[in-house]
Amino acid sequence: MDIGIPLFPEQASDLARDVDMLFFFLIAVSMFFVFLIGALLIYFIVKFRRRSNADRPDATRSHAGLEIAWTVIPLILTMIMFVWGAVLFFKQSRPPSDAMEILVVGKQWMWKIQHPTGHTEINELHVPLGQPVKLNMTSEDVIHSFYVPAFRVKMDVLPGRYTTAWFTPNRTGRFHLFCAEYCGTEHSKMVGSVNVLTPVEYERWLAGEVGDTPADTPVEAGRRLFTQLGCATCHHPDAGALGPDLAGVFGSEVTLADGRTVVADEDYLRQSILDPRATLVDGYEPIMPTFRGLVNEQQLMQLISYIKSLGDAGETGEGM
Amino acid sequence: MESGDTKRKHYLNIENTPQSWLLTLDHKRIGILYLVTILLFFFLGGVAAVLFRLELLTPDAHLVEHETYNRLFTMHGVTMIFFFLIPSIPAVLGNFLLPIMIGARDMAFPRINLASWYVFTAGGLFGLAAIVFGGVDTGWTFYTPYSSTYANSNVILAALGIFIAGFASIMTGLNFIVTIHKMRAPGLTWFRLPLFIWGQYATAIIMILGTPVIAITVLLVGIERLFGVGIFDPAIGGDPLLFQHLFWFYSHPAVYIMILPGMGVISEVIACFSRKRIFGYHVVAFSSLAIAILGFFVWGHHMFVSSQSMYAGMIFSILSFLVAIPSAIKVFNWTATLYKGSISLDTPMLYALGFIGLFTIGGLTGLFLATMAINIHVHDTYFVVAHFHYVMVGGMLMAFLGGIHFWWPKMFGRMYPEAWGRFAAIVIFVGFNLTFFPQFILGYLGMPRRYHVYPEEFQVLNVMSTAGASILGAGYLMVFVYLVWSLFKGRRSVSNPWCAAGLEWRVSSPPPQHNFKKAPVVDRDAYDYTDEDVYKSDYDSGGTSDG
Ligand code: HEC
Ligand SMILES: [Cu+2]
Ligand SMILES: [Cu+2]
Repeated sequence: MDIGIPLFPEQASDLARDVDMLFFFLIAVSMFFVFLIGALLIYFIVKFRRRSNADRPDATRSHAGLEIAWTVIPLILTMIMFVWGAVLFFKQSRPPSDAMEILVVGKQWMWKIQHPTGHTEINELHVPLGQPVKLNMTSEDVIHSFYVPAFRVKMDVLPGRYTTAWFTPNRTGRFHLFCAEYCGTEHSKMVGSVNVLTPVEYERWLAGEVGDTPADTPVEAGRRLFTQLGCATCHHPDAGALGPDLAGVFGSEVTLADGRTVVADEDYLRQSILDPRATLVDGYEPIMPTFRGLVNEQQLMQLISYIKSLGDAGETGEGM
Repeated sequence: MESGDTKRKHYLNIENTPQSWLLTLDHKRIGILYLVTILLFFFLGGVAAVLFRLELLTPDAHLVEHETYNRLFTMHGVTMIFFFLIPSIPAVLGNFLLPIMIGARDMAFPRINLASWYVFTAGGLFGLAAIVFGGVDTGWTFYTPYSSTYANSNVILAALGIFIAGFASIMTGLNFIVTIHKMRAPGLTWFRLPLFIWGQYATAIIMILGTPVIAITVLLVGIERLFGVGIFDPAIGGDPLLFQHLFWFYSHPAVYIMILPGMGVISEVIACFSRKRIFGYHVVAFSSLAIAILGFFVWGHHMFVSSQSMYAGMIFSILSFLVAIPSAIKVFNWTATLYKGSISLDTPMLYALGFIGLFTIGGLTGLFLATMAINIHVHDTYFVVAHFHYVMVGGMLMAFLGGIHFWWPKMFGRMYPEAWGRFAAIVIFVGFNLTFFPQFILGYLGMPRRYHVYPEEFQVLNVMSTAGASILGAGYLMVFVYLVWSLFKGRRSVSNPWCAAGLEWRVSSPPPQHNFKKAPVVDRDAYDYTDEDVYKSDYDSGGTSDG
């Protein structure tokens, strides 16, 4: 298609193809109705144009069969769209379990990215071909939105909570990364690119031939913070510990002092650290201090990565 | 603007001192006051649009800075939505026509009606102040915590403007509902009402139920901004999504405030110019109510990627598909009305036909947005921008222009130049499509909205869009010029220049001050084009008007 005007975006993920299929279905339905209505309008206008002022129109008032037909047919078509769209949406919302997790922090007006290996990047994201990638995202200030058109992926990035997005790139190349939610003066400059590399190139990139040498991995950085901030003094597996053992807490059901039970996801861990009173665990004293203001968004994500890495009970003390 | 028969007194010439206008309780004069006021805002919003469309001719910044650009699109959105589209048909045509169409002498509460114009104008002045003192840069959506904490522009002034203008909406809605319930002429049963009235009624319901919510919402933004009370900003304990829920709880229904009255106009115009009763009258009437009610339960379709729960998303998605059905039904019924009609293509009818075409595209692309999987990709891109301009400009503005042309002879007693009218309608239609169709493509390609600078590959489509906007702008100017010209030089109009059914055509043009000397008695359905009386060019016979 080379007429100088791009008409269709690149497809660089498996889901992009699925989304486009659905898109074409909607285009087909829409074209059908636009042409139907357009043709009828033109036909009626020509056929029934006023020839003389004495013309007296027919007095048909309504027709139940027709009313039912043009209620039910659109209803069926839209329900197909709904179901198809919902099924695909669920797929888009649920990252596969083997996805590589990348931390993304948005702030006015840049994207800060950290790989599981500890590599950090700004406004650039390098990923290997064919590898499912899950993004754990949050914002340091206002709402942003992480948008890669070539993957048909978009997710808002909010302050104060975590959101996720995922994709499996199936084409190498450089693709636009946009901030899609208006976030102030340089919103349109909050852009970057996603570079999809072959696994070999990706290894070379990791090895530092391109880009910076890696810092700590998020888990290691988190473990260090855990000790530095004194978390470990209360959170350790020994009997008599002041705080609950954090091993295995991620993903488990926690009973709170006010009787609620909640699943300990990232947002819960985040809140436990920033606002411990709000998520007081049943059977413990409200002695944990808040760490709001003491850790930044990136450090929080690292702490959470560390807590998540503590699989089963008994490993908490490890970092000490 | 003197009447042809210099003796005849009508609402325009009965008295012409400034007080007689500023303190008028006549619904017709209040309609004219609104017309002048909203045109001013339309002009401001239009100037902003011209400037940023020029800026978007090139991928990088060549005309204005980021800050200015952001203020321009915010100014465009805020003025066009809150100070033009929302009051456009209800406050201008609705105020002018509603009492006459139902055979009443005025609104139920003429003083509240006048007060609404003052309140609206006061709100507008705050809006203007926000612009004059440097503008607002939050977008018309005022998303938090940007608007409540981070933006350093005149958010408070603009929010106050919207807060105040909201009360004008509520007053208008209240007046419409009471008037329609209580002041219909004898014999004018609900199912004899013109569909324009049904449209206004449905709109009025949304106005009084929805507007308080936006008022509270902007107030909360103000409170957080001024006093640092944590409501929306998570840094001080608030919830940023709460704002979006509240905002769209009003602003989605508000898009129906911006289309239902237009649909009412289209029904009148199509009936008149095909000389037929609207096909499926009852269905069309009820579909307006269905839209008004269902419209309150779909707000979450603006939030599919906001981190709202998937299951909530599902509910909002299916409801959004359902709310599309009554609109589709209307389009089919209008089309069927033409069947075996006696169709003439005068200017108002051209706008009505344009409306059907553009609204159909606007509505169908709404289905794309209601489809969650596609929404993820096109949300906050130019696809959305194109979609709502097809509905709000291709729909509501076309209907407004169609309605203004249709009732112009009634409002001012003069005809506009028909040839110019048709020409301008076609120019506007072409310009509109050239402006907004490329934006669908841009959106699917992935160009986010509210982007001042953009990647080079999007330039050609942006240039097309700007070219279209120039044509569109020229079309509007043309309309403005010949309409103003016609006020002084236009051919004088008879009472019923279009041979239209409807009580408003039974009073002289312009109508006498109190519309009807004697309350009319209605003994027939709306759009009764089998009635030979309608075809007499002027049936200004005694009894109905005090001319
Ligand atoms: C003064 C002792 C103390 C310190 C220091 C402390 N905590 Fe806690 N923490 C507690 C107690 C007690 C609880 C259980 C009551 C509650 O929920 O507040 C708790 C609960 C938690 C929970 C929820 C656990 C669950 O089972 O649901 C997490 C997560 C957590 N802390 C993480 C941390 C992190 C990370 C740090 C360091 C940045 C830290 N804590 C520092 C005492 C402490
Ligand atoms: Cu942004
Ligand atoms: Cu909506």
